[in-house]
Formats: sequence, structure tokens, C-alpha cells
Amino acid sequence: MKLTGAQIVCESLLKEGVEVIFGFPGGAILPFYDTLPQYPQLRHILVRHEQGAAHAADGYARATGRAGICCATSGPGATNLVTGIANAQLDSSPVIAITGQVARPFIGKDAFQEVDITGITLPITKHNYLVLSAAELATVFKEAFYIATTGRQGPVLIDIPRDVFVEQADFHYPAKVDLPGYKTILRGHPAQIKKATQLINQATCPVIISGRGVILSQAYDELRELAEKAQIPVVTTLLGVSSFPENHMLSLGMMGMHGTAYANMAVDSADLVIAIGMRFDDRATARVSGFAPKARIIHIDIDPAEIGKNVTVDIPIVGDVKNVLRELNKQVVSQTRVDWIRQLETWRQEHPSTTIREGEELIPQYVIHSIYEVTDGNAIIVTGVGQNQMWAAQHFCYKKPNSFISAGGLGTMGFELPAAIGVKVGCPEETVWCIAGDGGFQMTIQELATVVQERTAIKIAIINNGYLGMVRQWQELFYQRRYVATPLMGPDFVKIAEAYGIPGLRVKTRREVVPAIQKAMEEQGPFLLDFMVEPEENVYPMVPPGATLAEIIEGPKKEAVAPSTSFTVSNV
Amino acid sequence: MNPTKHTLVALVSDRPGVLNRVASLFRRRGFNIESIAVGHTEQEGVSRMTIVVSGNSATVEQVRKQLDKVIDVIKLSDITQENIVDRELALIKVKTTPATRSEIIQIVDIFRANIVDVAPDSLIVEVTGDEDKISSLLNLLHSFGVKEIARTGRLAMTRGMPSSASG
Repeated sequence: MKLTGAQIVCESLLKEGVEVIFGFPGGAILPFYDTLPQYPQLRHILVRHEQGAAHAADGYARATGRAGICCATSGPGATNLVTGIANAQLDSSPVIAITGQVARPFIGKDAFQEVDITGITLPITKHNYLVLSAAELATVFKEAFYIATTGRQGPVLIDIPRDVFVEQADFHYPAKVDLPGYKTILRGHPAQIKKATQLINQATCPVIISGRGVILSQAYDELRELAEKAQIPVVTTLLGVSSFPENHMLSLGMMGMHGTAYANMAVDSADLVIAIGMRFDDRATARVSGFAPKARIIHIDIDPAEIGKNVTVDIPIVGDVKNVLRELNKQVVSQTRVDWIRQLETWRQEHPSTTIREGEELIPQYVIHSIYEVTDGNAIIVTGVGQNQMWAAQHFCYKKPNSFISAGGLGTMGFELPAAIGVKVGCPEETVWCIAGDGGFQMTIQELATVVQERTAIKIAIINNGYLGMVRQWQELFYQRRYVATPLMGPDFVKIAEAYGIPGLRVKTRREVVPAIQKAMEEQGPFLLDFMVEPEENVYPMVPPGATLAEIIEGPKKEAVAPSTSFTVSNV
Repeated sequence: MNPTKHTLVALVSDRPGVLNRVASLFRRRGFNIESIAVGHTEQEGVSRMTIVVSGNSATVEQVRKQLDKVIDVIKLSDITQENIVDRELALIKVKTTPATRSEIIQIVDIFRANIVDVAPDSLIVEVTGDEDKISSLLNLLHSFGVKEIARTGRLAMTRGMPSSASG
């Protein structure tokens, strides 16, 4: 039976179990949109900017573990997806981006709304396709989904010329892919696992660093078993937050540039670091030459290219985290580590990193903590980027697996609102809180219309300090308080929400915080809270650029810290 | 760790844009390509790229691993240390005068190279050989005045083993 290219695309999406597409139409992709009504099982969610579609697909993918789909037209539609695709690439999120392209005879002629989107996205996609005939479409989609969702997951872009959508071809969805150049190693090498087991059994002060790979692999139980069996404390990277329950006695919280002091001290003093599904990003390691100076390192990761990229490791194990941990758990010896655990507990008491100071002022840490208290941790937190992101990571106790969704690798401001929409669409039964800064929120504020049109009942908390907060903090600490381009005027967010049809409240004092959050939770639909917080509050602890994890600054000093001499060499 | 030259052989799926993908990867990761030579192989749909990369061993290890990640790269080998045949072809346009012409011809004969074009004040030498041979010939010809050089970049193949596409 002959189908049009557009029908083949829809059939392929159905074969892959797709239920939702986030998109924005246009000329080149119009034939696809015209076909959608024939497939009512495919729900299309109209955004207000294509960047919103990409971030929504990313949020959906992170929350559900399935591929997130976004689509846009050619030219500016496609280029508006680029930031979102790069964001998905850096955090290994399975996103499929479908873009319309000008008709085949017009390609390469600077036609109306034509861009070389496959060329542009080469470095930021796991793979991409320009489909030049309808007959290839089914195979391309089969491959694209396979590539996006297996191994180290990542975004795949499929560029389809307008006349290919219209062209007819036989539809046959392949049962298997034929990709001789794509192999993933899922099982760790037994000899490496054995060596790792020996190191773990012999270590006196080991620590586990858990990253996004644990969440991607859904290896929560296996991680917990390893930690409990061998009594190894667990710290997480930013993207590993919610991979291990933070109310567990072995949890030391987040490590890295804004991690807890005691988590960083643990890594700094350990004789064995077990890095699971993390890639030694510079935000986590701080100055690499000073990272875990006393420790041997076991590195478990599904991507062989990450082994040895930033840090030389002793025992690399390439494989899917869940499989490797299962094997390790069979061989690792059960033991107690009373002295080490006691030392860590002492450090936790002596260097409290998450206490919130008493007082009248409305501080952001108190807002985050209150959201935790009211929800009892029963929520998915989707954050923006900057100070709001760090406070959200620090002051909420993440007990549920995969309850923290944040743009870590690319650090894209504006991720929060569309991603929260994607998360809620994927997990409609969950409470979803979007934590935004006033700067980032203005970058994708137009998606408030999507919230209303799609009736996604997300709760929005704006940490409003009138500044580009994290940049201002750096300017205060390292640039002698020269606040260039950081004081940020914003609108009356409650009025804006109201204009879109979303109820909201402004909160100006500490006393009003909890009742406001409760009001938001009682509301059936979406709700926006504008928290007017202390404008010059800083995120602590902080490891300044160029410093090692041991040189963590735990609280505000009277004077600005002098820039470290290796400032220019480190990644700022 | 001193930078050294490594020869990588990549078998790639002959899909549109694959050369671009590989070159793009090198640029993005900051690896230094000395030369790339690409062509079809005995297997349909498979092309062979011979890439000479310079860097220390840690860098080259990363190059290999990042290249391996490219979906279109089917197989990748670093054959620097192996027993190989390595060849390159160069076309060299040399300035000639009646006085220098016979000397140039003699040098060309010694190197078993060929003269493929003769003009009143220049001739084109075609030479095939390994890197040493080509460098030596070029050095000798420079003193006469080299007008133009075109080189293919290195081609390499391991000695005596079965075809790497089926191996």
C-alpha cells in the first residue's frame, strides 16, 4: 500500500510508541501537519517558540525515560531548535527533532526559509539525517529512535524536504536496524569488574560519586544495594541529584562547585572513588590536578570516550550502569566502616552546608525548603539555571528517584518553563514545580500560553531578586562588585500570569511563604508564585574557579575573595 | 609526552556527508589533521579514510574514541605501530632552464619518478613513495625552484593480513 511521506512519518512514530509531539508549524512542514488529524493517537502540543518545543521534548524524555519528540519548520523554525538540541546532547537526553526542509530542487539555493540544519547540528546531535526520498523514511525513523534511546542516549535530528512529505512510497517498518558502525557495550568486562571488586573490598575510606548515568540506567536499587552492602557513602553530581535518596544515612548530598562541604571533603579524603555514570565535568571536579588526590578511581560509564577524557582512572569499566552494578554487587563483600562513617558524620556536624539562617528576610533557601516541607518531597522539581538552580539542588531533600530535572551540561536559562510542561505532560499524576530565576523565566515566558492552552497544572516559583543572580555573585566575589549588565528589570509576573489566565500571588515576607505554597498546591490548575527575595544573597558553599574541592568557601566573608592565580586557566 | 604522528584507517559507511562528519569532529575537538585520503573499497557502500594525526598518545587515544562514536564509522584502526605499506603520490612543478634540465631529469630517474609534463621553463614530476622518499626528492628539487606541489596525503595498508573490511 502506498502512503505519503507524511503518513509514513506518522505511522513510524506510532510504531515507536510516540504519544506526544511538541511543535510549531510552518510552510515546509505543512504537509505533515495536514496529515496529523488522520492520526488522533498522536497528540500535538503547540508551543510559542520552537526552543520551547525542544526543551519540552527534553523534559518529557528525562521524566519518562522515553524519547521526546519535537518538530519545527525549515529555516528559523529549525534554528530555533538548536539551543534545545545542544542542551539535550550535553545531558544525554533522547530527543528526536523533526524539521521540515525546502523541497529537494531548492536545496542549496538559499531558498526561502532554507538553512543547512543538518550541517549546523552536526556537532550537537548524536546523529542526524537529511531524507531525500519517501522510501527511506521508515528506515531512517527506525534507526533514529534506536540511536537516540540506546547506548549513551542523545538527540537525533531528521530533516525532511517538503516534497518528500508529499511523495508516495510503500510503507514497511523494519524489524531491525542495520548500523554496522554503531555498537554499544552493555556488559562490563568480567576481569575489570573483578579488579574493581578487589579495590572496593580493600578500601578503607571509599566514596561513590553517582551521576546522571545512574538515572538514565534506572539503576537506583543496584546503587543502593552496593552502598548498603559495602557501607560506602554516596555523593552525587548536580545531574545525579535524586539518583540516591538524600534522606538515606549514607547520603552526603551533592558534591562539586556548590556541593556540600562534607561531600567535597569526603571526595578529597577518600582512598577510593567509585564514579558511576558521571563524566568528571569541571563543575564537579573543580581543579582537576587537585581532584581526589589520595584516591584510586574506578570509572563505570557506558561511553568509552569518557574514560580518561578528563581524569586518568585506575579501573575503567565500560558498560550499562545497571548491569555493571549487578555484577559488582554479587562479588563485593559485605562490611562495616565504622571509623570512616563516623568521621563523615563529624564533618557533617562541623560543616553544616544546608542550614537556613533564621530571620525576617525572605531568602531563597527558605523558599525551596518550604516547597519541600509542603510537598514532603513528593514532587518533581524542574529548575532554571544559576543561583535558583543551585538552591533548588541544595535545599530540597530528594527522596524519590528522578525527581530533579535540570539543565546541567549546557546550563540553558529558560529551560525551566517548557521543560516543566514536558515533564507534566509525561507524568500527569505527579506534582511538578518549576523553579525559575527572574532572568531565565523571561527567556521562555511565552510558554505560559502553552501551559494554559494545554491545561498543564504546573506550579511555578520565581526566585525574583532583580539580578542575573549567579553572574552578579561572581561579579561580587571576583570582580570587586562591578555589577555590569546584571541588574535586571522584570515585569509584574503576577499580572503577566493573570494576563495569560494563570492565577498567582506575590510573596514579600517570610511569613507568607508557606501559606502561599499551600494555596498554589490547593489550586487545581497552574499557579504562579513571585517570591521577592533578598537581592544580594549568594550561593554557598562555593569552590571558586581554579581551586580544588578542598578549598571550599563555606560562607560569606567580609571582603571579596581575591581571584585565584590560576583563574584564567580554569573553565570559568 | 612528545607529539608524534599516528596513522588511522577508518572504514566508513558511504553515506552523504560522512567526510564532513569526520572532519567536523577533528575541528571541534581541536585535533590536528596532517592529511586525509578517502576512496572506495572492495566493499560496496564502504569507503576507506586514511588519516594522519599528530599529537601525544593521550590525544590520539581520544581521537580514536571520539571517531568510534561517529555512527557512520564502521571500523577504526591505529596502524602506526604495525607492519605497513605507506604510499603517497605527489605532483611537483619544477622550474627549469636549459642548464638545469638534465640535472633535474637525472634526479628524477634516480628516484624512479616520472616526468609527466614538459614546458619551456618548467616540468612536472610525478612521484609515488613513502614519506621519506617524497621529502628527499622535494628537498633536492627545492634548490631549482618549486612552482607548485600537489600531494594526495598518505595511503597505508597493513602487510599480509586479510582485508580489514571483512576482518
